Amino acid sequence: MTDIAHTDHRNPGLTAPAYRPADAPRRRLLSGGNIVTLLVLALLISIPIYSKGFFVFQMTQMLVYAIAVLGLNLLTGINGQFSLGHSAFYAIGAYTCAILVELGGVNYMLTIPIAGIVAFGFGFLFAFPALRLEGLYLALATFALAVATPQLLKLHAIEQWTGGVQGIVMFQDTFDVPVPFGLDMDPGVWTFYLTLFVFAVVYVLAMALVKSRTGRAMMAIRDNPIAARSMGISLPYYKATAFGVSALVTGIAGALNAIVIKFVAPDSFTFFFAILILVGMVIGGVGWLQGCLIGGLAMLYLPNIAEIFDNVVLWFAGLFGFADLLPSGNALQQQFIRLSGVIYGVILVLFIYVAPSGAGGLIRAIVSRVKRLTS
Amino acid sequence: MELMRTKLMAACAVLAISTTAAAAGTTVKIGSTNAYSGPASAYGQIGQTSAACFNWANDNKILGEDTIEFIPLDDGYSPPKTVEQTRKLVERDEVVLTFQQLGTPTNSAIHKYMNAKKVPHLFLATGASKWGDPENFPWTMGWQPPYPTEGEIYGKYLIANKPDAKVAILYQNDDYGKDYLNGFKKGLGDKADEMIVAETPYEVADPTVDSAIISFKSSGADTFFNIATPKFAAQAIRKADEIGWKPLHFLNSVSNSVGAVLKPAGLEASQDIISSGYLMDPTDPEWQDHPEFKDWLAFMDKYYPDGDKTSSFTVLGWASCQTMLDVLKRAEGDYSRDNIMEKAASIHELRVPLLLPGILIDTSPTDYYPIEAEQLMRFTGEGWERFGDIISAESE
Repeated sequence: MTDIAHTDHRNPGLTAPAYRPADAPRRRLLSGGNIVTLLVLALLISIPIYSKGFFVFQMTQMLVYAIAVLGLNLLTGINGQFSLGHSAFYAIGAYTCAILVELGGVNYMLTIPIAGIVAFGFGFLFAFPALRLEGLYLALATFALAVATPQLLKLHAIEQWTGGVQGIVMFQDTFDVPVPFGLDMDPGVWTFYLTLFVFAVVYVLAMALVKSRTGRAMMAIRDNPIAARSMGISLPYYKATAFGVSALVTGIAGALNAIVIKFVAPDSFTFFFAILILVGMVIGGVGWLQGCLIGGLAMLYLPNIAEIFDNVVLWFAGLFGFADLLPSGNALQQQFIRLSGVIYGVILVLFIYVAPSGAGGLIRAIVSRVKRLTS
Repeated sequence: MELMRTKLMAACAVLAISTTAAAAGTTVKIGSTNAYSGPASAYGQIGQTSAACFNWANDNKILGEDTIEFIPLDDGYSPPKTVEQTRKLVERDEVVLTFQQLGTPTNSAIHKYMNAKKVPHLFLATGASKWGDPENFPWTMGWQPPYPTEGEIYGKYLIANKPDAKVAILYQNDDYGKDYLNGFKKGLGDKADEMIVAETPYEVADPTVDSAIISFKSSGADTFFNIATPKFAAQAIRKADEIGWKPLHFLNSVSNSVGAVLKPAGLEASQDIISSGYLMDPTDPEWQDHPEFKDWLAFMDKYYPDGDKTSSFTVLGWASCQTMLDVLKRAEGDYSRDNIMEKAASIHELRVPLLLPGILIDTSPTDYYPIEAEQLMRFTGEGWERFGDIISAESE
C-alpha cells in the first residue's frame, strides 16, 4: 500500500517503476526474502534426487495445488473478491488439456498455455455479470458455478468430447507421459520438473503483476473501492481482469492436474474441491502469494490427516512403549478413519486459532519478533 | 516433510520389528480406497466391514500363521485422490493387491495404472461391466453382478413369461443406465426391436421424470423397465400410480431399497413390482435363523459393534471379504501378485456366506465376473418375496 502513496502525491507525473525516492533503501539482490526463495527453489529442484517415485508424484500434486491456490489468492487476496467456484476454472483447464491431447492430438505441453487462455476467457466473461455482486452474493454466484460444473460436464450434448460420466483417460497408448527431447528421464520426474517450471513462471509473473500498476489498482479496489474509483481506477475493468487472470492461473493448474493424473472426470471437480482450494489459500495466508506452497501442502495432506494422525500415534506408542494398550493395527486405523472428518475440523480450528492470518501471518510475526530481539 | 517421513519410517520400522517378533508367518499387505469422507461416505461402511473382517480373520487364524495387514485409505470419492492414494499403497506401502476399491469414476482413474503396474485390482465395489475385461485388463476384477447381467435376467424372464409384451424403458443417461439397457436387450434377443415400444433417457440434473411416464402410458406399453437411481425410481413409481398406468414393472436393484424408494413412492403403488437380488436382506425375517446370518451377527457384535446391521453395505462387506480370504487361502503361502491373480481367476463354484442360497462364485481366465446369478423377487405387502429359481447369466 505504501507504494501507491509513493507514486502519487510526491511526483504524480512519473509511473511507479521508474520512480524511486532518493531516500528509499536500494533493493539488495540478496535480501532475506530472496535467499529464502532461492533455498526453497533449490529444495524443490533436488526432490527427485533424494526421494522415490511416490513422493515425487505427491510433490508434483502439491505444486499443481500451489498454482491453484496462487490463482485464487490473486482474486481474493489481492483484489478482495470471493470465489467458491474455482473448481470450475480448474475443470475447464483440465478438460481443455485432455480434449486437445486425446481428440486433437496436440502436444500436451502446448495445451498448458491454451488451457490458461480458455480459462481466462471463461473467467473474464463470468466476471461481467458477477461484477454487480459483492461479497457474500458473489460467493453464492460462484458457488452455483461450482455446483453446476460437474453436471454440465456430464451433459449428453457434449459427451462425444467430454466422455460424459466416464471422463477421459489420457495417454491411452503409452500410459506414461511422453518425455520430450529424447531425454533419458523417468516420466514421473519429468512431469515434476515440467510442473515446477510452470509453477516458477506463473509465480514470477504473478509477483510482477502484483507489483505493477495493475496490481496496485487491484489492491486499491480491495482496500477501498470508493477511493479507488475517485482516483480514476475503472472498477469493472480491473475486477474483470482480476477474475480473468485468476481463472487463467487456475486453468493452468487444471491442465497440469490432467497431465499428472492422466484422467479427467466430472467427479474430480466438485464443489468440495473449490472449498479445498479456499482452505489452502486461507492456510497459506490470504493476500500473501508466497504462502501458496504451504497452501498446496495443506491441500495435499489435510484430506489424509486421519492416516497421518494414525501414524503419529503409532510412532509415539512405539517410542513410549504403550503400543500394547492400543487396539491392533487394523482396528486402530479403522477408528481414525471413522473420525477423519472430526480430526480435519479440529486441526483446522486449531490452525486458525494459532495463526489467524494463515501461515503468512505466522511467519511474519515470527520474523518481526526475531528482528526485535536481535536489534 | 523429510522429518515427517523419517518419523513415519521410524514408526514403520518399530512396527515391523514388533510384528515380526510376534508372529512367525508372513504378513499380507492389502490396500483399499473408499469414501470415508465426503458426499458418498455412506459407502464407507463397506470398507469398515472389510477392515473388521480381516481382524476377525487374523484372530481366527484363517490363513494359519500368516496375517493380513489391511490398509484402508480415504479418497472422498474423488478420482485424483484415488490415484494418489492408490499410488501410495502400491509404491510406498508396497501392498500385494488392492481390494474392494469403491466407485466407477474412481476405479476408472486407476484402471490403466493397476494394469501397467501388474497389481491385482480385485473385487471392486461397483457394478459397471468394464471390470470384466481380462483381455485388455487382466489385473482388474469386479465382484457384484454387473448391471448388464441383471438387465439380461429381466429380459429372459420376459421372453419366458410374457413374450408379447410391449415394453417402455426409462433409463439414466450414463454408463450405468446404458449397461442395464444393453443387458436387457441382450436378454430379449431378436425380439428386442419388436417388443420395445418406448425408450426414454433422463439426465441426473432433470427435476422429474413425470413426462416420460405419461408418454409411456399413451404409447400403449404394458411393461415398464425402471432403470433409475432412487429419487427418480420413486418418482416413476408414484407417477405411474397417479395416472392409473399399471404395467408389469421391473425395477433395477440399484433402487430396490424399501426404506429409500418404495416407502416414499407409496407401498400401495409399489405392489407387484419385480426386482432382483443376490445378497440376503438383513431385514428379511426368513434369514434370522440361518447359520451364516447368525455368524455374521456374532461377527458384527464383536468386531464392528456400531455398524448398521440393517444395511446391505455391511452384508456386502462381509461376503466380498470372504471371497478375498478364499483366494488368499488357496494361494497357500505364495502371496506373489501372479499367483494371487491366478487364484482369483480360478474360483470354482465357491459358496460365500450371505449370498442368496444357490448362488455360487465362479471365475476363469476368460470370465472375470465372479457373481452372475440373481433371484427375482416381487414386492408384496411391505417386503420383497423371492420367487422362481436362481437365474444365472454365467458366461459359458
